[in-house]
Amino acid sequence: MDLVVAVLFQLIYVIANLALISLGLAIIFGMMRVINLAHGEFLMLGGYTVVVATNMGINIWVSMLILAPLVVGIIGVIVERLLIRWLYGRMVDTLLATWGLSLLLVGIVTSIFGASTATTVSPPLGAVRIGAYSASGYELFLILITIALLVAVWMTLRFTKLGLLARGTMQNAEMASSLGVSTSRIYMITFGLGAAVSGLAGGLLAPMTGVLPTIGATYIAKAFITVISGGASILAGTAAGSVLLGGINGIFSFIAGSTFGEIALLLAAIILLRLMPRGITGRFFRKSL
Amino acid sequence: MSSGMLRQMRPTLVYALLGIVFMFAAPHVLQLFTIINLTTAIALAILALSLALIWGYGGILCFGQVAFFGLGAYVYTISAINIGGSTWAILIAVLLTSAFAAALGYFIFFGRVSDVYLGVITLTVTLIFFSLIRRTSGPEYKIGKALLGGFNGVSSPPINLPWDARTFLFPEQVFYVAMAALILCYVFAGWLVNTKFGRVCVSIRENELRSELLGYDVRLYKLGIFTIGAGIAAVGGVMFCNGVGRITPDVFNLYNAALTIIWVIVGGRGTLIGPAGATFALFYLTSALGGQSVLNNNLVLGVILIVFVLLVPKGVAPTVIDWVNRRRRKRPVRSRRRRRSRAEDAG
Repeated sequence: MDLVVAVLFQLIYVIANLALISLGLAIIFGMMRVINLAHGEFLMLGGYTVVVATNMGINIWVSMLILAPLVVGIIGVIVERLLIRWLYGRMVDTLLATWGLSLLLVGIVTSIFGASTATTVSPPLGAVRIGAYSASGYELFLILITIALLVAVWMTLRFTKLGLLARGTMQNAEMASSLGVSTSRIYMITFGLGAAVSGLAGGLLAPMTGVLPTIGATYIAKAFITVISGGASILAGTAAGSVLLGGINGIFSFIAGSTFGEIALLLAAIILLRLMPRGITGRFFRKSL
Repeated sequence: MSSGMLRQMRPTLVYALLGIVFMFAAPHVLQLFTIINLTTAIALAILALSLALIWGYGGILCFGQVAFFGLGAYVYTISAINIGGSTWAILIAVLLTSAFAAALGYFIFFGRVSDVYLGVITLTVTLIFFSLIRRTSGPEYKIGKALLGGFNGVSSPPINLPWDARTFLFPEQVFYVAMAALILCYVFAGWLVNTKFGRVCVSIRENELRSELLGYDVRLYKLGIFTIGAGIAAVGGVMFCNGVGRITPDVFNLYNAALTIIWVIVGGRGTLIGPAGATFALFYLTSALGGQSVLNNNLVLGVILIVFVLLVPKGVAPTVIDWVNRRRRKRPVRSRRRRRSRAEDAG
């Protein structure tokens, strides 16, 4: 029984982890059909924000939960104004430009902090006991905060004025703008919010993984697969993609080791896209957020 | 080959001839160190050529061309170690890589995945290769006699004379082989885009729906050019691991994937010589940047990519060709020639 709970806990953690690293990408993709190849670097910047802030003596919770999203969100808004807004409607060029941005950010961070791992921060929570087994308290915290984040995004989209305008823009940008919505501003805000969520995720993961200028590369493959498999709906897509792919990854990792877990994840995603080219939410839960 | 195709391929053949001259002149002029370095650049130019073919002519935005390049290098190395000779290993590398591309392409093109997703999927495949092979450092990860070696990679056996596994080629001879491979791939690609198959691919790039309504099976053509491109990339990979002497998982990293895209963007989509030339230029630029520590390579390449996407989206070669054509049109020679050709048409 304890074993079942421990394994289940691990499975849920893999799923939550996938959802956490993908959500920022999904917000930007779902809203404006922009695939942000600099997503991994937003996560990386979140991690560096936490490391730098805690080294300056700021409380780790403050730097993870407030500073990381704030800093990366501001960077996101700047990026949107300087780079992305010239390229709306040109998907391929946006991809290429954000890739350039990704290289640029890696380059800048390497120049400032050096190519090796910056001083790491340790996870601030101890272990939790599950019967005879113990699990990391920080992993439990990450699961809870991922759920909270998903709920917060849902509430924002469902119940606020901004969420209403954003959903309208998402469904029909031309109609929204002829009804007086400044779609350009909506895009700017969403891009900033997506970046902020990515920054928060990067900050939260920093104590688990340490930070490196090139750490973004380890996240983006999984984040892309999750978002694309999930489809265009921000929340339902992320949730469905993470549960399916995270579940497969977790199960195969448990049976055959983490290397096979990743192979299984990739194969599942490719077969899924052959069957549902528009992702899970392109076929099911179409009306969802 | 018909005379019409010969006329269309004239620029290709001229560049190929220049390449042959360079191939025989370079070892007499340049030092051995430069020649060895050049071999690596040539291998990368073959990679750029393969992407120029499938992106520039096929309209397939593949972010993971480097996956086929690296796969070719790994398959060559592993089979050369196991077989004990390079002849079959090269063949296996190209065929196996093409087969892998065909399988991946089947899922992509027959699933009608759109171009942007395609880029992301191929990139993801590349990154998965990267993280998988990095983890194979234990003695339990081996294929036949070849240890995969994880992060440190495998050292590649050098090319030998065909069916004579004891006569290895020296570095300057590998240079000849690589250069010959580049020229052959270049002429092959130049020929391919002028065949009916190539023209249909270009029409698909221009308007997929219209081509389909004209009765062409778009999926099959895309899969075809994608597979051929992967085969060419594998040739590049084989030359690369011969030039460097070993193959490491680093070929699959994000930086190299981006580099391939940058060569094609800078050189220009829709030409073959542009990306190949841009590869040499950027290879020497990044080598020169490696010697100093003020500007980081990533930073410079990122700026180059952003600047080209925003300001020179066509790339260098098409921009230059447009400029030359415009100038030529202004000269009266052109109009005389046109009048003559009109007379010929009439006659």
